[in-house]
Amino acid sequence: MNALPWTIYVTFAGAALALIAGARSAANARVVALATAIAGFVVTLFAARDFVPAAGLQVLADHTWIPSLGIRYQLSADGISLTLVVLTGLAAIAGILFSWNIEKRAGEFFALYLALIGGVYGVFLSADAFTLFVFYEIAIVPKYFLIANWGSTNREYGAMKLVLYSFAGSALVLAGLLWAYGAGGGESFALSSLAAKAAHFLPWEQNAMFGLVFLGFSVLAGMLPFHTWAPTGHVAAPTGASMLLAGVVMKLGAYGCLRVAIPLFPAGFAFWQPVIMALAVAGILYAGFIALVQDDFKFVIGYSSVSHMGFVILGLAAANAQSVAGAVLQMFSHGIIAGLLFAVVGRMVYERTHTRQLADLQALPLHRTLPFAAFTFVLAGLASMGMPGFSGFPAELTILVGTWKSSPLAATFAAGGVLVAAAFTLRAIHVSFFGSTAQLAASTSAPTPHASNSAHAHADYAPITWPERAGAGLLIATTVYLGLKPDLLLDWITPALQSPLMQAALKGGTP
Amino acid sequence: MNLNYSELLHAFLPEASLVVGAVLVLSIDLFSGRGRSLAERLNVAVVIGLLALASALYHTCAAGTGGATFGGVLMLDALGRATRLGVLALTALTLGLLPGTARLRNPAEFVAIILLAACGFTVMAVAQQLLLGFVALELASLSLYILAGFDKSSPASAEAGLKYFLFGGVSAAFMLFGFSLLYGLTGSIELPEIARQLNVVHTGPLLIAALVMVLVGFGFKAAAAPFHLWAPDVYEGAPVSSAALIASASKLAGLTLFTRLLWAGFGPASGGDAILSAAPGWLPVLALLAAASLLIGNLGALVQTNVRRLLAYSAIAHAGALLIGVMVAGAKSGPAPLLYYAFTYGLATIGAFGVIAVVDRAGRCQAITDLAGLHRRSPFLAGCLAIFILSLAGIPPLAGFFGKFTVFAAALKSFGLNSSMGALSLFAIAMSAIGLYYYLVILKQALVAAPANETPPAIPVSPAAKLTLLVLAAALVLLGVFPSLLIDVISG
Repeated sequence: MNALPWTIYVTFAGAALALIAGARSAANARVVALATAIAGFVVTLFAARDFVPAAGLQVLADHTWIPSLGIRYQLSADGISLTLVVLTGLAAIAGILFSWNIEKRAGEFFALYLALIGGVYGVFLSADAFTLFVFYEIAIVPKYFLIANWGSTNREYGAMKLVLYSFAGSALVLAGLLWAYGAGGGESFALSSLAAKAAHFLPWEQNAMFGLVFLGFSVLAGMLPFHTWAPTGHVAAPTGASMLLAGVVMKLGAYGCLRVAIPLFPAGFAFWQPVIMALAVAGILYAGFIALVQDDFKFVIGYSSVSHMGFVILGLAAANAQSVAGAVLQMFSHGIIAGLLFAVVGRMVYERTHTRQLADLQALPLHRTLPFAAFTFVLAGLASMGMPGFSGFPAELTILVGTWKSSPLAATFAAGGVLVAAAFTLRAIHVSFFGSTAQLAASTSAPTPHASNSAHAHADYAPITWPERAGAGLLIATTVYLGLKPDLLLDWITPALQSPLMQAALKGGTP
Repeated sequence: MNLNYSELLHAFLPEASLVVGAVLVLSIDLFSGRGRSLAERLNVAVVIGLLALASALYHTCAAGTGGATFGGVLMLDALGRATRLGVLALTALTLGLLPGTARLRNPAEFVAIILLAACGFTVMAVAQQLLLGFVALELASLSLYILAGFDKSSPASAEAGLKYFLFGGVSAAFMLFGFSLLYGLTGSIELPEIARQLNVVHTGPLLIAALVMVLVGFGFKAAAAPFHLWAPDVYEGAPVSSAALIASASKLAGLTLFTRLLWAGFGPASGGDAILSAAPGWLPVLALLAAASLLIGNLGALVQTNVRRLLAYSAIAHAGALLIGVMVAGAKSGPAPLLYYAFTYGLATIGAFGVIAVVDRAGRCQAITDLAGLHRRSPFLAGCLAIFILSLAGIPPLAGFFGKFTVFAAALKSFGLNSSMGALSLFAIAMSAIGLYYYLVILKQALVAAPANETPPAIPVSPAAKLTLLVLAAALVLLGVFPSLLIDVISG
């Protein structure tokens, strides 16, 4: 268990190494990056072997850092952290496999990529609000350069929007945390100590502090109405970065809500709970309907991410052990599935067809020319709409059942969101991969200039490469395995919710 | 008053080193410079200058913190020592960037005047008397006016020098008038005696007028709104090294001098920290200056197209946050947060100006777009610039983040949210989100945009400039990750 902090250090060291290696050749950089990501994941698995879920929050590192402000470098982990660290490791490996074709400034790309991952690991393992915030901010800036340098459509706008939203969110978090720190006498930034101090604050102070911190984190989690950075940012980002953004970066926001905002200010949470729940349900439905009418394939996936993250927020807002456990499971599940969807759209399809317009894709018989992409997308789509047998099903079901206990009305509306998700996913599958059967049949009998033109284009598609197959295989295996055996993670998550800090914020109900 | 001149000599050894260094620089250039190239003469001058600064650093460390010296005219405390070390280090780094970047027709004069300015800064750091403080401030300011207008071939430099001089002269006159009123009210120019008198003197309109006049001088020195108008023009027109010195060491010395004046001298007339219902005093005025600087600096920077003007507006925004540090310096946490912030801000600014100077030497660097494609022309410069700019933007783990963090934490910890400092801190945090935009605009050109022509010439970086930039970047990372290294030095 004590090896877990090494995920952070290994990843940052790998970032520096990738930068140096990239100066020689792109191939060196990607090998270094992949080796680093695998090393991080292996460390995680190694640490998970002797993880005892019932032990609660386990301290991993505790050093004096800045004594004049009472700041300690404090890392700890429980089942929730471990779940998300595993997700980060998987998403990092898959993202690098799908970035295998990056040739332009590859050293810098992978260095920034790994720096982002290192920050993410750090956030998931922090037990001190200052430490957490520092890692959180480290994860923000690389996103700008990843998108602005290596992105596609409208990349500079998307990058700037995404980073400014994230940074504005983190400014709110910083304001709330500093206020709480100052009001508590300024002795320590440890989450446990801040929570103890916050219990004595006036109700309006708790409400305001919770509002600042939760709002700040929820921007990154894609909560309505500050979600608009997500679709534009995801669409503009290069494939590997979109996988990471949707896969783990949005989880940073949700994790911040769960680990910082809710336990620190339980009274404030109770005050804002109805609002958050309403926003979550609205987000699920609104983003789902928007996804239904998108013309750009990647925007469909971008909005679907917002919709699925709405379930996470809903699970948190319902505030019972079951719904929150479901929310954590959904974070993991969505991280895997969103990664898979972006991989198919951004890497397998867009980089071969050079279009993401659904109308254009409809004219291409992609299920014939790119059968592996079609196969992967169908599986990912099924997982995304919550088919039993994939990880999305137990996650969303747990959230809905948990939410029903707190608010049957919200659960009912959210269940409608599952239907909407099925609708936009099926539409995307149908239009993008299976849209042209009629046209193809026509073209075999009487070749029209248009059809022969497009037939010529298909022949040029590069075959799906082995890194793509490996990355897709890894993610599919994970979502299927977890769909069949969700207890694997729930056994980690549920005991973590029994800690005194969490219990103060959650109302009864065991899953 | 018991005057001990050997004590005075001992206390002024750092200044003596600097003056001797300045004289040496001039005379060696005069006697051996003939027939040598400008670059050689500059190198010789810089080496002598660095030796003088090293000697001053040594004597500052050796002098220790002996408390009030020479009848209380000087205050050798932790604040003074840390500031002296800080301004000497910042001046040395500015000097280190000169070889290979500056185009000077009179290199020795330039270095000598920098040393004289540094002498002014170090006296400002320890002055505990209105008269000495004013003389030190004027020594530093006059040197800086000359440095701003040093490039005789450039009309912009002349304009910068004149503008800086006019603004500076008027604000100095205001300040001197304020000092004379204070002398009339309290009958003393010694800060502790003034503080004693102000405890009994009733706060009347005359005292308020005197304080406001002093704050005019302070606002000018710190480039705080609404006394900031000189900054963009001077940063744009002055030689890059002069602008770097004005933005870094000069600011640190000025902040220390005024922190001492305001808290040690006029502390009883601070007027309290409540937001709306404060008694009349200088704290509420300072709060207004800070708020205006944060607003004008951040919003003004958004529309700049010239990178130096942008840095000037960023400096105004930082001045707002630094003023919060001054307001907090009277609390238990002391001036350590302010000094940490001002020093690391100086490092980042010198670095940013250093990169601009190197690029300028290779072609031209005025518009932000002149930095386009820097990552192809010199990956080293682009990497360094990223560190400097991100530190200015306050991104952890760089030192600029912790500088702001520690000031705001001290404000909220000591005064809470219901004080002007606490409220201003939250305002400054909100403003920093705006700030990131214009810093990213610079980095977008340097790290993302393609160069203006397809095969851009590589930018040569002289070894001295390379070393200095590396030291600056490493210091920002190191001090950001381990802030206690610097905080311990400041706290003595």
